[in-house]
Amino acid sequence: MIDNYSKSELMVCCAAREIKNGEVIFVGIGLPNIAVNLAKRIYVPDIKMIYEAGVFGANPRRLPLSIGDPCLVTDSTSVCSMSDIFMFYLQRGLIDVGFLGGAQIDRFGNINSTVIGNYANPKVRLPGSGGACAISILAKRVIIVTKQSKRSFPERVDFITSPGFLGGGEERESLGIPGKGPEIVVTDLGVYNFDKVTKEMILTSIHPGIEIKRVRENIGWKVKISDNLKTTQKPTENEIKMLRELDPNRIYLK
Amino acid sequence: MENKVMTMKEAIERFVHDGDTLTAEGFTHLIPHAAGHEIIRQRKKDLILCRLTPDIIYDQLIAAGCAKKLVFSWVGNPGVGSLYGIRRAVEKGIPKKVEVDEYCHFGMVCRLVAGASNLPFMILKSYSGSDLPKWNNNIKKITCPYTGKEFYTVPALNPDIAIIHAQRADRNGNTQIWGILGVQKEACFASKRVIVSVEEIVDEDITCSDPNRTLIPGLIVDAVVEEPFGAHPSYVQGYYDRDNEFYIEWKKISQDEKKLQEYFEEWIYGVKNRDEYIKKLGGDKIKKLTPKGNFSKPINYGIYL
Repeated sequence: MIDNYSKSELMVCCAAREIKNGEVIFVGIGLPNIAVNLAKRIYVPDIKMIYEAGVFGANPRRLPLSIGDPCLVTDSTSVCSMSDIFMFYLQRGLIDVGFLGGAQIDRFGNINSTVIGNYANPKVRLPGSGGACAISILAKRVIIVTKQSKRSFPERVDFITSPGFLGGGEERESLGIPGKGPEIVVTDLGVYNFDKVTKEMILTSIHPGIEIKRVRENIGWKVKISDNLKTTQKPTENEIKMLRELDPNRIYLK
Repeated sequence: MENKVMTMKEAIERFVHDGDTLTAEGFTHLIPHAAGHEIIRQRKKDLILCRLTPDIIYDQLIAAGCAKKLVFSWVGNPGVGSLYGIRRAVEKGIPKKVEVDEYCHFGMVCRLVAGASNLPFMILKSYSGSDLPKWNNNIKKITCPYTGKEFYTVPALNPDIAIIHAQRADRNGNTQIWGILGVQKEACFASKRVIVSVEEIVDEDITCSDPNRTLIPGLIVDAVVEEPFGAHPSYVQGYYDRDNEFYIEWKKISQDEKKLQEYFEEWIYGVKNRDEYIKKLGGDKIKKLTPKGNFSKPINYGIYL
């Protein structure tokens, strides 16, 4: 265990620990990209990383600069068109885990990466869906990694780009959405799971040195806290060593 | 046989017209930047620009006033942040108002697959529960005649012109690509006209020696342009790496309208063609971006008499 780590580093480590060996992971841009690469290097060498640009079974020698980096191609299992990725891998149901981020996440795990404010007249125009909307619908489970603040965790997102549990309960299931939806949300303050019945986000682990008060101040609704609240394990020496090899100039993990 | 080999200037003059629906594809890899610069130099206007990921190439085209509409599924400077040329046009109408027509990647892929297959639309298992269909009337629903289940649909996209960059092609336009393939094949088959720029024009016996690698047949290609380093600042697998310093630098340039104009004057209007651009870029930069070789093992196709 080490004490000298950044918030992003802890988030990435938490997310990496959630992946099971052998799973097929659809990897998104940003922190998810680092988390999955970390997991493959130190915990789960047999996972298959799939990138929407058209790579299955990536084995990058450096941290990919983007999700279309040439290092994803060299030594990969297969390179194919984007239509193959979306139709044959994702829509066919071959993806175990979708790894996503977003500008806003709400109480029921809905993700907004489109606009802040009204769509027709936005306060902030965000990048948009990319692959996320289809991934959130078609991956068997979804892990969300994002920084938490009152603005980024509102009770209801301004725009549902990628559906979580919508209004909660059985709403997602009733639409016939194939994937089971979000399972875990990792933030810089803690880790959340979802209630099996209400589908509401519940704080299940709090990061070292973070008080519940701080979690409450940085979330837009009265969040439920698990009766078995745990304290998140700090990054291990091995995790940090590998992260600093992946991001030597700490561009992504400030 | 008709000669398809020409300069970029001629290809853009002949095949790109004001008001065209245009797609310049390439997912991070093989982005046809040389063609983008030539379109700006020729001051084309009112283009409907389609692309899954409008990145620096469309930021430049839109900031230069070439477009009236953007059809897309993810807009940003990949790995870096926002694109300010596009944001100024969409949010403030500078230099002119640009409309947006927005999908998810899977939706854009399906639009091109439908277009390439000469079908009116495509069904897909996306959009359920998302707000995107509420704001885009092109995303509709249909009941499956076999199962009775409902599916979302997207309409075919059939651009007037597709422009792509590739490693190599022969003089007939048979085009070989390796590395990340994006949606180039779908975009070319969906479009009425196709311009291909390549790192190298090779003899037909080279392309025919490895037909599995030919993604786009000359049958649908109108123009072949030899344009080494034509994808810079993006990359070409096996030829050069992405110029990530420029991607980071672009943020500062596109944020500031004065810097943006200076960039246009210096790197687009101030050079005649890609050759001059590369000379200006300099040998050191090119050397720095060139990867070490890593060749695939040959395969045996056999001779059958």
